[in-house]
Amino acid sequence: MTMPTDQTGPARAIGLDVSGVSKAFGSFVALKDVDLKVPAASFHAILGENGAGKTTLVRCITGYYHPDHGQIAVDGRAVTIASSRDAHRFGIGMVHQSFTLVPSLTGAENLVIARAERPAVFRWDSERKRMKEFLARMPFRAPLDVPVWTLSAGEKQKLQILKQLYLNQRFLILDEPTSVLTPDEAEELLGRLRDMTRAGELTVCLITHKLREVRAFADEVTVLRRGEVAGVGRTADLTNADIAKLMVGDTPLPSRWTGRKPAQPAPHPAFEIRGLAANRDDGTAAFRDIDLAIQPGEIVGIAGVSGNGQSTLLEALCGQRALVSGEVLAHGERVLPTRAAFAKHRMFSLPEEPLKNAAVGTMTVAENLALRTFDRPPLAKGGWLSSAAMRRQANVLIDRYRIKTPSPSAPINTLSGGNIQRTVLARELSGDVGILIVANPCAALDFTSTEAIHAEIMDQRNRGVAVLLVSEDLDEILELADRVVVMSGGRITYAAPIADTDRATIGHYMAGEKTAEAGV
Amino acid sequence: MSDLWDAIALVLIALVGGVVRVSTPFLFVSLGECLTEKSGRINLGLEGTLVLGAMSGYATSYLTGSPWLGIAAAALTGMVFGGFHAVLCQLPRVNDIAVGIALIQLGTGAAFFFGKPFIQPTAPHMPLMALGWWSSDPQLQNALMINPLFPVGIALALFLRWAFRNTYWGLIVRTTGDSEPAARDLGVSINGVRLAATSIGGLLAGIGGAFLSLSYPGSWNEGLSSGQGLMAVALVIFARWDPVRCFYAAVLFGAAGAIGPALQSVGVTQGYYFFNAAPYILTLLLMVASGRSKRAARDIPRELAITR
Repeated sequence: MTMPTDQTGPARAIGLDVSGVSKAFGSFVALKDVDLKVPAASFHAILGENGAGKTTLVRCITGYYHPDHGQIAVDGRAVTIASSRDAHRFGIGMVHQSFTLVPSLTGAENLVIARAERPAVFRWDSERKRMKEFLARMPFRAPLDVPVWTLSAGEKQKLQILKQLYLNQRFLILDEPTSVLTPDEAEELLGRLRDMTRAGELTVCLITHKLREVRAFADEVTVLRRGEVAGVGRTADLTNADIAKLMVGDTPLPSRWTGRKPAQPAPHPAFEIRGLAANRDDGTAAFRDIDLAIQPGEIVGIAGVSGNGQSTLLEALCGQRALVSGEVLAHGERVLPTRAAFAKHRMFSLPEEPLKNAAVGTMTVAENLALRTFDRPPLAKGGWLSSAAMRRQANVLIDRYRIKTPSPSAPINTLSGGNIQRTVLARELSGDVGILIVANPCAALDFTSTEAIHAEIMDQRNRGVAVLLVSEDLDEILELADRVVVMSGGRITYAAPIADTDRATIGHYMAGEKTAEAGV
Repeated sequence: MSDLWDAIALVLIALVGGVVRVSTPFLFVSLGECLTEKSGRINLGLEGTLVLGAMSGYATSYLTGSPWLGIAAAALTGMVFGGFHAVLCQLPRVNDIAVGIALIQLGTGAAFFFGKPFIQPTAPHMPLMALGWWSSDPQLQNALMINPLFPVGIALALFLRWAFRNTYWGLIVRTTGDSEPAARDLGVSINGVRLAATSIGGLLAGIGGAFLSLSYPGSWNEGLSSGQGLMAVALVIFARWDPVRCFYAAVLFGAAGAIGPALQSVGVTQGYYFFNAAPYILTLLLMVASGRSKRAARDIPRELAITR
């Protein structure tokens, strides 16, 4: 499928032509020979799972990264974009996921300081008049006279887009712009932007993982998978199934584990969540009404694109986030997230970002390996800690989990991400485990280690451990889980035994395409 | 009965004069600190800058015979000292509060070391403006001998508030103090803005120091500052990072500091030590009150180290 490139937009919209862009970080290839053609005055979508390379690609376009290979042309002219200033000069504006507005400044102040040519002293009456004229031409508004921190997420997002338009950027890259918006706001915003592209005033490149948005607004779509272009086409020519398949891949399912014992029936689920709800830091709902029960010897996988409530759910389960409502039960007994309760129910966890959430950066590898048990025999006797015993334990675990560290007494924050991951895994998996909560356990690991960790988790399962596996890697869930649930928009939208579902179905729900008919 | 009224009038007159005298150094240091904190750094070292400014101002005035040169020298010293803070803080993993505490020690130590020979001699003071010419009351005339730095400070407070809202650089300082990513996005040099803000902040604190030694109390000795530089930091928090509110707060602190001497002037010596401690007690109370204030939490520059 190819696209016409000779389309030229009327008036002010500009087109972008990226060809053969590659970018590697060390040995990790983030982008491989990626082409992206966005004709002037079109609405283009870049679709892909997390880690597919979407953000890297736009960072190469906006001068944040310098591609190793490849060319970028603006309106047919080859250009070099070395910095975000260059990108601005060529008319390319980026609306980031995180807001780059100054919270204590008003909307108007945020607009004027970004202007390339600005006076030393602002004459607010004339500035305001000019802004009013500008807003009159815009399809939507945002309050300009109050500090930005008082605005809602939707208003901030609109203001960010208005800022780019005010600066006369006519090629807008929007990075997941609707993740902070309500469905109605998202609909309105994207609809208005599409109208502007139709009128030839603007070119939009929308980065998203939401299939619905692509279908509703985009003229064309480029699908990225693992740093490569998996497919390009006009949205009108593609079915949802086509796009979903491009997004999650068509590789055959990995062989299911052979030594999978049936789950053991028990009077109570080993681990149960009832009506759990919690808020994000800003007080908005992170997730709502989460119900989940895991039997002993069962792995339940939570699939979903990140940012749909999984990380906050994990924080709540690990005691890092206050609950709004709901309860957590272990073996039929209500548990509060305390060290004593975790010890009693033999609950272990590997949260996201283990260095931040599950390790003390400046403590040694040996001490971090002992965090769960340092005050109990054999590591402690009569209130005294034994550093010799800690070191012995560390040496055994370092060996078994292939942790690359100069010595057991090296501070853990001097280790690489993969080895920090292994250290925390070693601590959490090597004990007598009853309930295991893991998030992206193999995120930073190579293939062999991944296999080993997967084997370990499966081994725990077969020994009767209840496992909650949160993963952004669908393959991992398909390989390990007995049941899968999908989280989208802070709710569980789909649940099924792994034998009764397939990748495409899960992919649909991950993309937030269906929500209503979920049964848990 | 009329005796009592006379005494009250006397105390009030003394208080007015006292407020102007005591609040001026607070005003200058707090305006300097306000500017520095607006750019996203805390400079506790202004206590050291104050003492160093007092010493260098006094020494220069003594050696040259010109109090104005003394003030210029104090301003320059303060600027260099503030710039030193900024340069140290832009090194990797250096904490601005720790640097500030070190600079308190360095500033006071250097001032004591170089200031030893100037404790005895008398340097020419700054001339005062006689604003009490219209009154025949000698006490009122005395109270209204105002140091020109006081109106300059008021003008400066008004100017800073205006500049923070209406000038490009004012907005840039606020941007740097509020959101480093946004400042970087604008292509602004964060370290450059903070160097400028901290240097000018030091300059103002240096002038505040010169006021101490060249106007009121008007001599150079080692106990001159007694923590006023640190109290000014508390004052900025109380003023919620607004220059004009810094002025009101400085007047409040000035009043607290002037109560003791004003009462003493009519012969009330009871509770002398208590009244002398009033500014410190006030600092404590204000810190507790503003620590609980949601509005202070809202107005604080978001890049300040204490908020992260």
